[in-house]
Amino acid sequence: MTVLEQRGSRRSGSYWPAPPPAWRPRVDPAPLLPDAEPYRLLGTDAAGRIDAALLSDLYEQLVRGRRYNAQATALTRQGRLAVYPSSTGQEACQVAAARVLKEQDWLFPSYRDTLAAVARGLDPVQALTLLRGDWHTGYDPHEHRIAPLCTPLATQLPHAVGLAHAARLKGDDVVALALVGDGGTSEGDFHEALNFAAVWQAPVVFLVQNNGFAISVPLAKQSAAPSLAHKAVGYGMPGRLVDGNDAPALHEVLGEAVERARRGGGPTLVEALTYRIEAHTNADDATRYRTEAEVEEWREHDPIALVERELTERGLLTDDFVQRTRDGAEELAAALRDHMNQDPALEPMDLFAHVYAEQTAQLREQAAQLRAELEAEASDAEGATEGDIAGGSARGAAGEERP
Amino acid sequence: MTATAAEAGRKPASMAQALNRALRDAMADDPTVHVMGEDVAELGGVFRITDGLAKEFGEERCGDTPLAEAGILGTAVGMAMYGLRPVVEMQFDAFAYPGFEQLISHVARMRNRTRGAMPLPLTIRVPYGGGIGGVEHHSDSSEAYYLATPGLQVVTPATVADAYGLLRAAIASDDPVVFLEPKRLYWSRADWSPDAPEPVAELGRAEIRRPGRSATLITYGPSLPVCLEAAEAATAEGWDLEVLDLRSLVPFDDETVCASVRRTGRAVVVHESSGFGGPGGEIAARVTERCFHHLEAPVLRVAGFDIPYPPPMLERHHLPGVDRILDTVSRLQWESDWTEGSGD
Repeated sequence: MTVLEQRGSRRSGSYWPAPPPAWRPRVDPAPLLPDAEPYRLLGTDAAGRIDAALLSDLYEQLVRGRRYNAQATALTRQGRLAVYPSSTGQEACQVAAARVLKEQDWLFPSYRDTLAAVARGLDPVQALTLLRGDWHTGYDPHEHRIAPLCTPLATQLPHAVGLAHAARLKGDDVVALALVGDGGTSEGDFHEALNFAAVWQAPVVFLVQNNGFAISVPLAKQSAAPSLAHKAVGYGMPGRLVDGNDAPALHEVLGEAVERARRGGGPTLVEALTYRIEAHTNADDATRYRTEAEVEEWREHDPIALVERELTERGLLTDDFVQRTRDGAEELAAALRDHMNQDPALEPMDLFAHVYAEQTAQLREQAAQLRAELEAEASDAEGATEGDIAGGSARGAAGEERP
Repeated sequence: MTATAAEAGRKPASMAQALNRALRDAMADDPTVHVMGEDVAELGGVFRITDGLAKEFGEERCGDTPLAEAGILGTAVGMAMYGLRPVVEMQFDAFAYPGFEQLISHVARMRNRTRGAMPLPLTIRVPYGGGIGGVEHHSDSSEAYYLATPGLQVVTPATVADAYGLLRAAIASDDPVVFLEPKRLYWSRADWSPDAPEPVAELGRAEIRRPGRSATLITYGPSLPVCLEAAEAATAEGWDLEVLDLRSLVPFDDETVCASVRRTGRAVVVHESSGFGGPGGEIAARVTERCFHHLEAPVLRVAGFDIPYPPPMLERHHLPGVDRILDTVSRLQWESDWTEGSGD
């Protein structure tokens, strides 16, 4: 006897009063349930139906993504980035999320999703502005339809729902895709966003990148749900479980969810099983909470290696293609390195420029104070330089040491 | 009704009616204005401020949301990102707290974070304050939380006309406004014509509600009528109190406040919010910094006690009342004032 039948029989019995409409089963849960096993294409009999051009394109994107992650991590060691939460190992999620969106669609990334933004066409330097620290957001969100990188966990999800809802109210063909991690699914905003999305039937897709850890806390301490994808059922939306390192499978599942949303079918929750190969950030020490053997296992299930195997089987992984792909990735890394090795232009007065449309009297006063301090600093520096020329005063020498 | 009011075609209207009319006019003028919140559609809100809006504009423009304040604010942020102008209703002051992360981390910062590329024209209406016999969690004065958050504007009307004018201004603002509605004044009435409403007010301007020469009572929202009553009672003591209605806590009108205090030489800040860490401390500091040489006495405060909001049968002891205001005014060092007797 299913839950539905049970409810039906109870209603017809004499124990229950005539139920208000809200008692009726609204959604049959069976079609919403995720598959028992994560959906895969690569390494299965279905791999043959992956379009060759798509496969090659995903490969290029993954290789570029891996190189981007390596370069960004290197930049933290050189002090050029304040911090970098790497998506190494999660490139398939990042690349697929960007690739299923149309130009008019919106991406809602978290701080670990700069690669998704880059894959959507954002300049890597602009994508990394937050993590470099010269401003919070380095791009115009409207220009790229990429919301600001969101640091407080899951709080960007209701934004995605609201934006998608507004677009639908206006009759626009826009889908929002929001990224969140396994830890983020414990946040209240995750719950509220999914609930609003389902009630409103908003054209939004939630992609949970389940990389196994919220900094150090493993999934087992995060959730007792059968899977994170199962959470969808409670909201009345379909949940899909997919191999997060299988780029073509992700591309298919996310593509279907986006098209479903576009057709007015409402939201979907996709859980992608993946693994964070690097530590949480460069400031984290992952050896305190996981073994190298575990990491090695996941390296065997690498998103690039999986695509490479399929390309090799089809004879598509030619030396020439591999070389071209590598060259492209190196170009991206070199351009990023060159830009990041230049100091960003800082404008302290910008601190007051965008708090409100019109500066308050109080902010004008504070801006004047800072301006005066800057002028005093500049004239001190000038004085120091003059001291140098005049014959090297102690103060001048100190000034000279500054880079 | 006075003869003058009748001539002008005015009849007594409540603050609730003026707020309702402001929402209706804003929605009629601008199709991007969307009202959303708990019970705002068919019910018209628990205070009936949104009464009739869903019927007139449809539930797409005035819609009930799930019962989740972070979700309401968070989705409103997304709607504002897409060019709508959401007006959100928080059902009660203390029920707005689940939305604080959205408010502080996103609503207040989005313009700044994006260097002006993504302003959020968002109005958050919050019924606030006590004096209505509400049980726990229904009477908080939560303004101090909001005004400590850069990026928000914090506005509160105290008169029927301001309820209309300031709400229109809040909705028209391209930056987020926390619009605090003194729920105890919802049913206060004044001669005000819904057929010829006041023009949209300017945010950030204080108003002198009662001119006086002895001292300035600086107040806002639910405490304004109390201060006006205190000022009338004070005449018996020989004090001619000026009563200043801030209307907007952010932006703060230093100019009007300081001009008044420089004239009177004495100031008392009156609000329901707890004194410690409350708006009165900031206001007293600002006045002292700017008017020190005009002050005849320290700036004093009449505030709610530093206690969780009391149960309704005890709330009268907590709320600033006429007697407590007059007691405080009496401590403004009148005896040592060499101008006493010459000025008043």
